[in-house]
Amino acid sequence: MNWPLIRRNGRNGANGNGAIIHMDGITKVYDTGKVKVEALRGIDLSVQKGEFVAIVGPSGSGKSTLMNLIGCLDTPTGGQFDLAGEAVAGLDRDQLADVRNRRVGFIFQNFNLLPQISAFENVEMPMLFGGVSKRERRERACELLERVGLGNRMDHKPTELSGGQMQRVAIARALAMNPDILLADEPTGNLDSASGGDIMTLFKNLWEQGGTLVVVTHDMALANRAGRVVEIRDGLIVRDTANAA
Amino acid sequence: MRLKLIFQLFLRSSMLQKKRAILTVAAIAWGTVAILLLLAFGQGLKDQLMKSRRAMGLNIAVIWPGETSRPWKGLPAGRPVRPIADDVEYLRQRMPDLKGVLGEIHSWGTTLTYGRKTVTSHVIGTNWIYGEMRNHIPQPGGRFFNPIDEAEKRRVVFLGNKLATDIFGKEDPVGKTLQLNSSPYLVIGVMKPKLQMGNYAGPEDDHAVIPITTYIAQYGTQQLNNLVIQVHRPEEMPEALKRFKEVLSAKYGFNPEDPKVFGIWDTVKGSEIMGKMMLGIELFLGIIGALTLLIGGIGVANIMYAVVKEKTREIGIQMAMGARRSWITGPFVLQGLIYTLLGGACGLVIAVTIVILLSLIPTGGNQALAFLGKPTLSWPIGISTAAILGLIGLLAGYFPARRAASIDPAETLRYE
Ligand SMILES: Nc1ncnc2c1ncn2[C@@H]1O[C@H](COP(=O)(O)OP(=O)(O)OP(=O)(O)O)[C@@H](O)[C@H]1O
Ligand SMILES: [Mg+2]
Repeated sequence: MNWPLIRRNGRNGANGNGAIIHMDGITKVYDTGKVKVEALRGIDLSVQKGEFVAIVGPSGSGKSTLMNLIGCLDTPTGGQFDLAGEAVAGLDRDQLADVRNRRVGFIFQNFNLLPQISAFENVEMPMLFGGVSKRERRERACELLERVGLGNRMDHKPTELSGGQMQRVAIARALAMNPDILLADEPTGNLDSASGGDIMTLFKNLWEQGGTLVVVTHDMALANRAGRVVEIRDGLIVRDTANAA
Repeated sequence: MRLKLIFQLFLRSSMLQKKRAILTVAAIAWGTVAILLLLAFGQGLKDQLMKSRRAMGLNIAVIWPGETSRPWKGLPAGRPVRPIADDVEYLRQRMPDLKGVLGEIHSWGTTLTYGRKTVTSHVIGTNWIYGEMRNHIPQPGGRFFNPIDEAEKRRVVFLGNKLATDIFGKEDPVGKTLQLNSSPYLVIGVMKPKLQMGNYAGPEDDHAVIPITTYIAQYGTQQLNNLVIQVHRPEEMPEALKRFKEVLSAKYGFNPEDPKVFGIWDTVKGSEIMGKMMLGIELFLGIIGALTLLIGGIGVANIMYAVVKEKTREIGIQMAMGARRSWITGPFVLQGLIYTLLGGACGLVIAVTIVILLSLIPTGGNQALAFLGKPTLSWPIGISTAAILGLIGLLAGYFPARRAASIDPAETLRYE
């Protein structure tokens, strides 16, 4: 299926090799005053356009921390990080907001939909922040919701939806600005295995259509459906293997 | 949808905080009422003071003759200086820049008789210009005496309004003849009641005024008790007083620098001090009102701090979806303004209502009420109140908005 593009990013892979994520010696230290937690201790990671990467690892190993850095929700303590060929270091808050708005689509374990507005409005929201015209917003929100199988639930509030449906709204929302990369932190963690499987199938479809995805998961069965598995332990990458197709 | 989102956020949070929102709007309204009424009363007081200052005469100085305290050209100190009625014309010719000059001779023990009624009263002999200079405006049907009355020494009398009622009761005095120390005088006018704060020879509604020439003929004295000069503009007064002393010094032989020769009440100086006092009172009232508003503003800010706290997660989500700072802060600033302006509008309506109601209460001749019962709302008051409200509204929204914008999305959205 063809995704209508709002904005074409002609600069994907500006460093010539098509890397959307390029991390070099990334560290992250949480300084809570009394204790300093070294959550990431030197991550080198490159993700090319069109890759589907699963990130696995035990609890507390730093997976979410890494995802937050990739999604520009947080900034690294040290190291070099380029997103779609642009250095993220030194961007101000509004510039980071724009990067989050245009370059990444974030999917959370607990969905994080705005509870008081409808599924449709939730999908519309990033486009609102991105300055998309009203007509285009409507068209695209409808298309995306239909695409994730919620064409008949558009006016429902999140509380009126099941967990799997909520996560599908969140995926539609993440795709709204046609991002360079889709990030999902344990997207199936709160779902039963059937809905979890649906979500994974959706991801796989997106990948097959040329999308770039990074997904954190505890479920090795799901991880094995990705193209590449990266394992993290104690803030370091300990394994990085391609799955047989 | 932006407006819709903002509005929904506003409605939802104000539902949630309904009680506090109502209290806060009430506080702002109360602050607005307070500041408006305080300033309105201040303005009313100022207007009344201005009026009463005019009542005695604008830009005048009253001058009482005394004695010399310094020797002058071989004359010893301690000589009395006693100007006479003719000196008024002498001064007028030598001080053409004055707006007016007059002399007064007083008698405190004159009997006025009409029919069976006799009162002992204060009678002043003065020049015809007194009517204008000293604001003795006749009630309809009457007049003050004129230059011809004065030149022809006519026996005419102008009565203070209280004195007129004492003698004539409900009768119209104008055209009646009364006995002044047994001589017949025609009543030609009665003073229009006026609001007055200061005087220098007793209440003005209680005296009778006759031409100075007639007075001299009746009482046989021409020594003035005091003189009054009037200048066109306040700043001319010091120069006029200096010139006044020089002119009389040449005639009566005294040191024009001698401070004891004349006692002087310069009302221009007095009104300067009064003006400063009024400014002080206004500032004081304004500050109290502004502080009340500020407390209301802090209430608004507190409500919104609570909203920020309650909505932290939603704000974090919006940030994660790429909302710039202005998207986050906008609704809060808007909300601060809405609450404040809502309260301000209520306050304005209440204050205007009170001012209108007060203006309907008759003062009934009560002087204290006459001074306080006329609060006046003016454009400057309205505009400055609106400006203060707007500022407080902006600040009340700004600080919570700043806190909202400082939310860390990664921290907020961390899944526990
Ligand atoms: N905001 C924070 N302040 C302090 N320490 C933190 C913070 N966020 C994470 N950490 C710590 O950093 C380490 C990595 O946490 P992270 O959430 O990235 O782990 P994770 O791999 O996502 O774990 P899980 O599988 O349980 O989600 C942990 O030790 C955690 O306690
Ligand atoms: Mg995690």
